[in-house]
Amino acid sequence: MSDTSTPSIMQEVQPRKPWVNRGQSVRDMVRPTVLAGVVASVVVLVTGLAGPLGFYFAFVLAFIVVSFINGMRHDKVKAIDKVMTTLVTAGFATAFIPWASILFTVFKRGASAIYFGYFTHDMAYTAGDDELGMGGLSHALVGSLLILLMASVIAIPFGIVTALYITEVKGKLSGLVRVIVQSMSGVPSIVAGLFVYAVVVSRYSFSGFAGAISLAILMLPTVARTSEEVLKLVPEDLRSSAYALGASQMATTFRIVLPTARSGLITASMLGLARVAGETAPLILTAYYSAVYSLKVTGQPLASLPMYIFQNFSTGTDTALTRAWGGAAVLLSFIFILFIIARLAGRGSRK
Amino acid sequence: MSIATVDKPTDDGPPRRAITNQRNASDKRFRAVVTAGAMFAFVVLALIAGFLLFRGFEVFKEFGFGFLTSSTWDSGTGESLEGASFGVAAMLVGSVIVALMAMILALPFVIGTSLFLEYYIGKKLRAVLVSILDLMAAIPSIIYGLWGYLVLMPYAAGWAETINKYFGWIPIFKVDVENFDASPFISALVLGLMIIPIASSVTREVYSRAPQDQISAAYALGGSRWGALKAVVLPFGRSGLIGGMLLGLGRALGETVAVLLTLNLVFELKFQVLASAGGNVASLIASRIGEAGPSEIKALMAAGLVLFTLTLLVNFGASIIVSRTSKVAQ
Amino acid sequence: MENDDINLTVNATNTNAATGGNALDEGRVGTNGLQTKGVHVWFGKHHVLEDISLDFPANSVTGLIGPSGCGKSTFLRVLNRMHEFIPGAAMAGEVFLDGEEIYGPKVDVTAMRLKVGMVFQKPNPFPSMTIAENVLAGLKLANIKVQDKDSLLEECLTRAGLWKEVKDRLKLSGSSLSGGQQQRLCIARALAVKPKVLLMDEPCSALDPASTLKVEETIVQLSADMTIVVVTHNMQQAARVSDFCAFFLSDGGPGQVVEADRTSVIFSSPSDQRTADYVQGRFG
Repeated sequence: MSDTSTPSIMQEVQPRKPWVNRGQSVRDMVRPTVLAGVVASVVVLVTGLAGPLGFYFAFVLAFIVVSFINGMRHDKVKAIDKVMTTLVTAGFATAFIPWASILFTVFKRGASAIYFGYFTHDMAYTAGDDELGMGGLSHALVGSLLILLMASVIAIPFGIVTALYITEVKGKLSGLVRVIVQSMSGVPSIVAGLFVYAVVVSRYSFSGFAGAISLAILMLPTVARTSEEVLKLVPEDLRSSAYALGASQMATTFRIVLPTARSGLITASMLGLARVAGETAPLILTAYYSAVYSLKVTGQPLASLPMYIFQNFSTGTDTALTRAWGGAAVLLSFIFILFIIARLAGRGSRK
Repeated sequence: MSIATVDKPTDDGPPRRAITNQRNASDKRFRAVVTAGAMFAFVVLALIAGFLLFRGFEVFKEFGFGFLTSSTWDSGTGESLEGASFGVAAMLVGSVIVALMAMILALPFVIGTSLFLEYYIGKKLRAVLVSILDLMAAIPSIIYGLWGYLVLMPYAAGWAETINKYFGWIPIFKVDVENFDASPFISALVLGLMIIPIASSVTREVYSRAPQDQISAAYALGGSRWGALKAVVLPFGRSGLIGGMLLGLGRALGETVAVLLTLNLVFELKFQVLASAGGNVASLIASRIGEAGPSEIKALMAAGLVLFTLTLLVNFGASIIVSRTSKVAQ
Repeated sequence: MENDDINLTVNATNTNAATGGNALDEGRVGTNGLQTKGVHVWFGKHHVLEDISLDFPANSVTGLIGPSGCGKSTFLRVLNRMHEFIPGAAMAGEVFLDGEEIYGPKVDVTAMRLKVGMVFQKPNPFPSMTIAENVLAGLKLANIKVQDKDSLLEECLTRAGLWKEVKDRLKLSGSSLSGGQQQRLCIARALAVKPKVLLMDEPCSALDPASTLKVEETIVQLSADMTIVVVTHNMQQAARVSDFCAFFLSDGGPGQVVEADRTSVIFSSPSDQRTADYVQGRFG
């Protein structure tokens, strides 16, 4: 028994990653891609498949065949693995084509509707099919903000209180409340609208307030469920040490738990808002639509971005449709901003 | 020591004191207020069911089971239910057809997306792509509908025509009139696209909890990546996938605007998914309520109740399945 | 043998990297069994293992012993390339299986893993499969066709010492068995693809003493015709089952092999004081 190696000068040993073979993996990617591209081009030329979509379809099919043949040079297991890798990747990538198309269309076609006065004019003196460069969506934007503000005032406190009941009070009905919130998140938006129609609109009139109630119903479960998750992340030690200092449960909740979870609760609220900001169906039955800028939330219909899109879509002429895309671009940007705020607040809470 | 004394632990040791916890007045009030607030959700849900039942009750009394089996929608004089005839069969069947088709179309993409994000890419890229997926889930349905009608429909009608040409001998792919616009097929494509991010976020979550040691075992046995996924992850995640898809189904059943914009509503029980005619309860409500008279409003309330019950059942099933898997995983 | 020469020269160029490495048997590189030459492992910037040169002769049991956190399990995973799944992993040095370098550029990893079976710390039968399907899972995963599945099934379960206990319930789920039975099922599963080497990562740490004894018996029997490497915390177990022992230790830095020799030597007259302290239970 002795050393196989000669004890030698200490020499720096370089780490390597033999399993990462860049040259080979690049080659493994490029070769089938080029091959599949050629095959797909031939297929597109020979058969009836046309356009970028036709090419993509032919390309995926060709890639599957090529990767199978490529894998068969080793064995069947490798071949199946390669085919499945292609299928899984294609399953993911294919879903992104329509989404890319949606984003592209919304912002490209929406851009032609948007001009300097788009955010300061309403549609009181402009019809949907008038030429572009007249009228705007100030009424819809303000209406949406008003409705969302009122919905938040209702849904956010109730949502957080519902979460507090489950995490802090830990009442006997916690399980039931959770089930109820879960069921509520499955209520179709049109049903929420129908309910408010039956209770409010049929007695009084279409109004922004009625719209806010229907959106609050849809918003509550999102806020409650996200808040519950956030409050659960508050360490139990914090509560214990507050109790050990003689704090009451109320003081612990308001002074310790809620401030600790603050940014998470902001995230919860923003996600709730993003969930309902684009809801159209309940507004058809509650706030309806008005072409005129107004801050009055009772007694008369109130415009909103989704209804602005819907109304212009119903008009159906080219310029009206362009206006609909413009509204869509504004609405989508608004929702994305809410998302970014939620994300930033969420990042703050993790620190 | 006899067995008898072991069996009788009555006078064994000092009596147990009950732990009393007298909360102070402000805490009592605090707990009462929070409890009352938490009941809000319960009250709202009960009110929704109650009001729809209350307003639609006459319709159920008048037409009974026929409301679910008939397909005529005739408001008669418009004032009273006498002479009117309401039935949601065509709409209900249409809703189910569109939602099921959306699920079938979405399924391969849900599986592909979930597996790809969880097992085919690194952590950093995953975080980015998951955020994008969340963002896609937040695109409002009216924008999906707008895109579905104006951008997708020209393509999709062509696809429908091709399917009809080659598979027209299958009854559901037959069409009576050669119009492929605004068909259940196109609505289902749009809805399918909408439920992919919703269903895959649930499915991905469950897939990610697949036991790592079993995946290692599959690799150590000389399995490929797909071998490991097939042997461990897919069986483990099956109920998560079902739960996620059911959640998507609930969403698809209740979706209004995306369908309203892309489907031609026809009051006739039809099973030709490529033809420009279909039914949908939610769209029916949205499209009729504007010009409905008192009797029709009652019928729409009843239709809303039917939709409410259906989605409640589907969502309930989904949450039970999902929660069962998460317990098994723990 | 040409192959051996090539490998020998490869090693000769590399020996200067090996500083004070211990080998169990000298001059065997390139023959049967498993050899490592100057293996280092990093996880990110963290240097986990330093310069491990060991030789695992064919048809013997080698025990890897040492306190927790010294890199024994990591080293075991280097032997069938399972550690590379960990993000940030990097390595240096070479591992030879029957004279072939398993980190070579042309190596098919999955085919290599077929030759190196592995048994994990916690029994992990596939819960979606029956007992019989579990045993044959490796064949299915690697798409190996076998003429007589039933006799292979019986053979593997017999070698794993489980046949008598489960022969009447092969159609039941693998998770219906007790912990010890599950672990032997996992051994049977590893045997079904006829590996030349069996790596075991603390195979008995989750088992009760009776099951442990059974698994140990199985290990000794299997060593008649395969190379076995066992990581264990249990000194008595190492003494009972292994022919050779390697003592791993980390002094806060990367783990190293302090001493490697015949088990009898390690336990009776170790040359290093730290080994003596450890096997006598004075630390670790």
